[in-house]
Amino acid sequence: MLIDWFTVLAQVVNFLILVWLLKRFLYRPILDAIDAREKRIAKELADADAKKAEAQKERDEFQHKNEAFEQQRAALLGKATDEARAERQRLLDEARQAADTLVAKRQEALRNEQQSLNEALNRRAREEVFAIARKTLADLATASLEERMVEVFTRRLCEMDAKAKADLGAALKSASAPGVVRSAFELPAEQRAAIQNAINETFSADIDLQFETAPDLVSGIELATDGRKVGWSIAEYLAALEKGVGELLQEKDKPEAGTGPKPKGPKPASGSR
Amino acid sequence: MHLSPDGIIFWQSGFIKLNATIVYTWGLMLVLAVGSKLVTRRLSTGLERSRWQNLLEIVVTAINGQIAEVGLRTPAKYLGFLGTLFLFVAIASLFTIVPGYEPPTGSLSTTAALAICVFVAVPMFGIEDRGLGGYLREYLKPTVIMLPFNIISELSRTLALAVRLFGNMMSGTMILAILLTITPFIFPIAMSALGLLTGMVQAYIFFILATVYIAAATRAQPPLKRERSPSPGNETEHQPRKDAPWIA
Repeated sequence: MLIDWFTVLAQVVNFLILVWLLKRFLYRPILDAIDAREKRIAKELADADAKKAEAQKERDEFQHKNEAFEQQRAALLGKATDEARAERQRLLDEARQAADTLVAKRQEALRNEQQSLNEALNRRAREEVFAIARKTLADLATASLEERMVEVFTRRLCEMDAKAKADLGAALKSASAPGVVRSAFELPAEQRAAIQNAINETFSADIDLQFETAPDLVSGIELATDGRKVGWSIAEYLAALEKGVGELLQEKDKPEAGTGPKPKGPKPASGSR
Repeated sequence: MHLSPDGIIFWQSGFIKLNATIVYTWGLMLVLAVGSKLVTRRLSTGLERSRWQNLLEIVVTAINGQIAEVGLRTPAKYLGFLGTLFLFVAIASLFTIVPGYEPPTGSLSTTAALAICVFVAVPMFGIEDRGLGGYLREYLKPTVIMLPFNIISELSRTLALAVRLFGNMMSGTMILAILLTITPFIFPIAMSALGLLTGMVQAYIFFILATVYIAAATRAQPPLKRERSPSPGNETEHQPRKDAPWIA
C-alpha cells in the first residue's frame, strides 16, 4: 500500500503548522516591510513634491523680490544720477560764477592799475613835455620877444569885443587898487609907456597901472584887476594844450575801458562724470 | 529498495510511526521556518537591504504576483496557503542535491495530504467568499444533470494532484537510484539536475493548479453579485477554468 494514512494525517498537520510558521515568519514580515517601504517612498515622493512646490514658491518669491529690488535700485540709481548731475551743474555754475567774479575783479584791478599807470605816464609825459617846452621857450625868450608880446597884447586889447571891453573898463575904473600888469621879464620903460597908452586909449580913461614880473608866465603879459584878467602868455597856450592833451587821453581811456577783452569763464567739461 | 520514503521507518509504536517522510518534512519545516526567521529578524524598510531579504522579497512578491495574475483579487489572503504549497514542494525537490536525502513529496502519503488540504481549502475559500448556498449552487451549473460530474471532477482533480506530484518526484528518485546502480559516474548528476528542474516545474504546477481551483471557487460568478468591486485590468483574460485540461 503506497498510502500510509498515519503519515497522511501527520503530513496534513505538518503542512498546516508550516503554513502558520511561514505566515508568521516569512509572508507577514516581508509584506509589511514592502508596504512600509512603499509608504516611505510615497511619503518621500510627497515630501519631495512639497519641497519642490515650496522651492518653486520660494523661487518665485525670490524672483519677485529680485525684480522689485532691481526696479528700486534702478529708481534710486536714476535719482542719484539726477541729483549728482544737478549738483554737478550747480557746482559748475558756482565755480563759473566765482571764476567770472574773480576774473572780473582781476580785470578791474588790472584796468585800474593800467589806468593809474596810464595816468601816471600821461601826467609824467605831459609834465616832461611842458617842462621841455617851457624851458625851451624860456631859453628863447628875449627882449625882442617881449616887444612882440607887448604888441600882441596891445592888439588884443584893441580887438576885444565891446562888452568885454566895457566890463573890463568898468572894473579897472572902479577898482580901488591899480590894475596889475604882469610879465615874465622886467619891462623897459618904453614898453610900459606903450602899454599904458594902449590901455588908456582902449578904455578912454587914465588907468593907474602897476607893473610886476611873474616868471611862471613863461613868456607873455597879462592885465589883471578885481577878478578879471586879460592877457597873452605862452603859459596860457601851454595850459590850453595841456588841457587838450588831457581830454584826448581821457577820451582814449574811456573806450579802452569799455571794450576791454571779455574774459572767458572756464569751459564746463562735458560728458565726464 | 523503497518505492517511497514511507518505507523507511525509524520508530514505530502500533499505529504511530516515525518514518523518513515525516522526519524529512520536519527538517524542511525547520529549515524554512528558521531561515525565514533569521532573514526577517532584521528587515529593512529603507532602500538598502540585505541580499537574503532581497531574495525573500523576490520570492514572496513573485508568488503574490502569480496569484494575482491568476485572478484572485486579494492575493495576500491566499498567500499563506498557496505560497507554502509552492515553497514546500520546491524546497523538497531542491534538497535532493543533498546526499542521503529523499524528498517527502516522493511519498504518496505527502502528496495525498497536500491534495487533501487543497480539497478542503477550495470549498472553504469558496464558502467564505460567496456563502454556502452560493458555493453549492456552483455544482448545479450549468444544469442539475452536471451535479454528479462536478462532484467527480472535484474528486478526480484532487486525486490527479496527488498522483501527479508523487509520480514525478518518485520517478526522479527512482531513476537516480537505478542509474546509480548502472552508471554510477557523471550520468546521475545530469539526471539530478533534470530532477531539480522537474521538481521546480511540479512545484509551480501544484501551486498554480491550487490557485486556479480556489479562483474558480471564489470568482466564477456573475460580476454584479460580487461583494467587492472588480479589480482593474485583465479579469476576463485570466478567467480561471474549473478544470485545467492544459496541465498534464
